[in-house]
Amino acid sequence: MIAAPSNRRRSRLLERVLFWVFRIGTYFVLLCATYIFLDIGIKGGRTVFTRTAPFVNVKFLTEPPQTLYVFDYQGKKMELSDREFREWKTTHKEDVDVTSVSYSAGGIWPCIVGTALLVIGSMTLALFIGISCAIYLSEYSRDGRFIRLIRVAILNLAGVPSIVFGLFGFGLFVIFFGWNVSLLSGWFTLGLMVLPAIITASEESLRAVPQGLREGSLALGATKWQTIRKNVLPYALPGILTSSILGIARVAGETAPIMFTAAYAMRDEMPWQVSHWTNFFFQGVMALPYHIYVVSSKIPQNEYTERVQYGTAFVFLVVVMLIALTSILLRERQRRRLSW
Amino acid sequence: MVSLVEMPQAMPQQLSRQNDRRADEVNGAEIMIDVRDLDFAYGANKVLHDVTLDIPPQAVTAFIGPSGCGKTTLLRCINRMNDLIEGARITRGAIHLGGVDINAPEVDVVDLRRRVGMVFQKSNPFPKSIYENISYGLRIAGINKRSQIDEAVEKSLRGAALWDEVKDRLDEGALGLSGGQQQRLCIARALAVEPDVVLMDEPCSALDPIATAKIEELIQELKMQYTIVIVTHNMQQAGRVSDHTGFFYLGKLIEFGPTTKIFTNPSERRTEDYITGRFG
Repeated sequence: MIAAPSNRRRSRLLERVLFWVFRIGTYFVLLCATYIFLDIGIKGGRTVFTRTAPFVNVKFLTEPPQTLYVFDYQGKKMELSDREFREWKTTHKEDVDVTSVSYSAGGIWPCIVGTALLVIGSMTLALFIGISCAIYLSEYSRDGRFIRLIRVAILNLAGVPSIVFGLFGFGLFVIFFGWNVSLLSGWFTLGLMVLPAIITASEESLRAVPQGLREGSLALGATKWQTIRKNVLPYALPGILTSSILGIARVAGETAPIMFTAAYAMRDEMPWQVSHWTNFFFQGVMALPYHIYVVSSKIPQNEYTERVQYGTAFVFLVVVMLIALTSILLRERQRRRLSW
Repeated sequence: MVSLVEMPQAMPQQLSRQNDRRADEVNGAEIMIDVRDLDFAYGANKVLHDVTLDIPPQAVTAFIGPSGCGKTTLLRCINRMNDLIEGARITRGAIHLGGVDINAPEVDVVDLRRRVGMVFQKSNPFPKSIYENISYGLRIAGINKRSQIDEAVEKSLRGAALWDEVKDRLDEGALGLSGGQQQRLCIARALAVEPDVVLMDEPCSALDPIATAKIEELIQELKMQYTIVIVTHNMQQAGRVSDHTGFFYLGKLIEFGPTTKIFTNPSERRTEDYITGRFG
């Protein structure tokens, strides 16, 4: 049956409308992404890069944050960091009218180190537990009510808001275990947060390995574990690494889980400056996302804090990209080693 | 645990490979695999009914029959591959290998599978190098001496008539081989651990006639040393390569005997109908 003309016109109109809805939706995403990256790139770039050699603001990347002192001296506007200002005072005895701005001088080196430590520790933990769990679910467990319950638990865990993980970590690790605000508490909190994603993705990668390879190995007299270690896990690793890339971005980026468990607003010592090696695990650290939060909401805003905010955000993006890039390279190397 | 490998006294004459006795008669003392009153089920679905047959050593025994008749299931019972399938179990009867009940609790399934190798329908070379494919079984058995492995790799590749084709590219990926070569690699891989029995589950079903001919030729050579059980869809193949043939239909062993008899003068009507292509 041929549709009536009016009907056809209406459906053609609908086609056009929908086409533009989809198209505009897609372009909107592009627009937002471009705006965010340009905004942070331009404003952050001003802090991170310099006009003169070496073209990179080395101080910003290698020094801890300091208080900035701003004042007029003999008609010139001085912007000195805490240390520079004290030095300056020894040679200049005059009284000056100083405005101090917290965190706005120096750099963000301890935050970079802290974020790196948090990512490494929590991802190690999450990958170890996550892969173990995925191996159990995909290779050992037989389907039953209990296993289904575990799957529901994992799914639900994935839906828990990060601030709730933060509170949970605070209650369990910081208070109950008495680890205080420390790297260890942060590792466990962040690790638990990414665990569901890693378990799900690892299990999928394990299941994607053809059953024939398992049978071939078992038929040669391999034990189950030998089969998994030599003939299943290596082929699933690229997929597991892919999932860990997303995990890294999340672990590095979340502020809520670490604000009660691992992050300090300001700390003078670097993480390796501890009196005994065991203290390493029980120290709080500075972290990039928390630093952005602190300089954006905990201190009065002005042009100087904006520099730090955007500079930190810029560095933050670059750090996350670098870590993701490393995982991608690692994955590609793994993939090239196995021609499927 | 009683290890099958370490208790040769439990397995009489069959294990001595030097004596090249050919068992052309099923009856008599020479039985490698003894299947007795076997019932097998996947959950509630019974797929083998009361199967009894004796597989002689150093000969080729073929299982034929239409799809779903249970021949592959029986094959996979012999190296307990069915253990991997949830709900699959032997509900009655037993399988003895060289006099030992392979499902006895004290038998280590890993030892059993080392003695009973398997070649699968879909060739499954590991995505590793040719060399690593062959050495895999040795390494998991704890053999790490390079010279010993080198020797075994060459021996089993020669045994599978693949050596001359791949000797210059042992370090290349096994997946670069042709389909027929891949299947022969899987045979070589099974031979490397020196099993007593080689199970073959439709090893040629995915191969072209030339590759099939090569594998059939190979099977003829291998039976001098190994007990071979082959499942096949291809009746001509069963006729060409096997010494004994069992015809299965709907989970029952209809007829079992010397291949020449089954193909020329079957005692069962259904066997004759199947072999002449009247059904199946």
